[in-house]
Amino acid sequence: MKQYMLSVYHPETSEPPTADFEQSVKDVAALNDELMAAGAWVFAGGLHPSSTATVLRVSPGGDVITTDGPFAEGKEVIGGLWIIKATDLDSALEWGRKATRACRIPVEVRPFQEEV
Amino acid sequence: MPDPRRGTAIPGRSLTSAAVERVFREEYGRAVAVLTRVFGDIDIAEDAVQDAFTEAASRWPSAGLPPSPAGWIITTARNRAIDRLRREASRDDKHAQAALLHAQDEPLEVGPVRDDRLRLIFTCCHPALGMAAQVALTLRLLGGLSTPEIAHAFLVPEATMAQRLVRAKGKIRDAGIPYRVPAEAELPGRLRTVLAVVYLIFNEGSLTRPELSAEAIRLGRLLATLMPDEPEVLGLLALMLLTESRRPARTSSDGVLVPLGSQDRARWDQAAIDEGLALVRRCLRRGQPGPYQIQAAINAVHSSAASVADTGWSQILALYDQLMAVAPTPVVALNRAVAVAEISGPSGALALVDELSLDGYYLFHAIRADLLRRLGRDAEATLAYQAAIDRAQNAAERDYLVQRRDSCAR
Repeated sequence: MKQYMLSVYHPETSEPPTADFEQSVKDVAALNDELMAAGAWVFAGGLHPSSTATVLRVSPGGDVITTDGPFAEGKEVIGGLWIIKATDLDSALEWGRKATRACRIPVEVRPFQEEV
Repeated sequence: MPDPRRGTAIPGRSLTSAAVERVFREEYGRAVAVLTRVFGDIDIAEDAVQDAFTEAASRWPSAGLPPSPAGWIITTARNRAIDRLRREASRDDKHAQAALLHAQDEPLEVGPVRDDRLRLIFTCCHPALGMAAQVALTLRLLGGLSTPEIAHAFLVPEATMAQRLVRAKGKIRDAGIPYRVPAEAELPGRLRTVLAVVYLIFNEGSLTRPELSAEAIRLGRLLATLMPDEPEVLGLLALMLLTESRRPARTSSDGVLVPLGSQDRARWDQAAIDEGLALVRRCLRRGQPGPYQIQAAINAVHSSAASVADTGWSQILALYDQLMAVAPTPVVALNRAVAVAEISGPSGALALVDELSLDGYYLFHAIRADLLRRLGRDAEATLAYQAAIDRAQNAAERDYLVQRRDSCAR
């Protein structure tokens, strides 16, 4: 079994939730149940806005420097993710289709490296 | 080391190397497909098949052709790959160990029941790959074209094409794109992608690179053999054969484009027409029309007519109406307008053409120019021909349009 990350791409704006938002939350919960029932669920979670992010990096002097803000400013940021188990890309994409329908926004499917 | 993908055959001198070349053209795709299944890895399969053809090129000229050249290639490729993988596996290469393990469970059988080429073509044309990658992989793995040949055909640098192939094969491996024919539910959509790739290869070859069109027809025949119950597969093959039948008449001796209406129909390839018409009739009997079948039927009406005047234009218009219902694109609407012009005159057709937003497409301007010329609006026609010339894709089209513009401006 391979593992895939399904990451959810949010526009970096703070628009008020649409009327559809509550239904979307229910759809995501239903998808989580379905993933668990199928034995495909590894992990899932939603993230706070990227304004809450903190970046750490090693300075040339060897110290770790802490800075406020996301690593890269972009129009879209990862708002949440699933990690799933799937036999191949086709079945991962099938979960991804359900995920983008549930979230109403684009989902990126990306394979994890195999354990060596 | 001789590269078996290069044309090593010398006509009339070395029959056997011509035979190696022919076996290569016919069997490369099948051999790569079988070995990809056996080892679960495209790169291993490609290397092994190339090793086997290199060995064939040095052995067959003296030893003669084996009874089953394809079987010899596949068996030799498998044995060479296993030898190599064993050496690598003994050095603790996990990838080689996995491929060897995979090979233990997979039979080498080559049969009509489970043709691996069908799996390979669906893998090459997987929608998770970009169209350019799909085309390159299909030509490389199924057609056996070398990377420089593909780069040359698509007018990109060799390094770019090599990079594109490496990246695509890397995605197939790392993202786990499966090696199988899609399930029933997915098949229609997936097949559309496969057919689009084959038709794109065909059209790339339409004027100046006949070897690409020939390769597309070869792929079309393969699909028609492997999926004889898919009417759109037959429709695409018919469409390509009927279009290709006009190649001998499509350019003049000095390389200028000759439009359908002015072509010497005696120069059309009658064997290709007969094959195409038979396929169209087979499609009609099935009664499940789709875009390729309808386009083939339109071409069949042209192929059956002795001249432009004899052409069944109302039949063609009815087919375009049907095509607009299933594939309503501006290009289809443009071609439909040409049929309208033949039936009810250029003025109504021009009104239809003027509604379309196809400014970047040379044929839009060329067809507009022709309609304006027929309406006696020569000044506007000259401008439209010029717009077409500026957007023409090759010298044959450009030379023809320049002739038309100049005859209009006179």
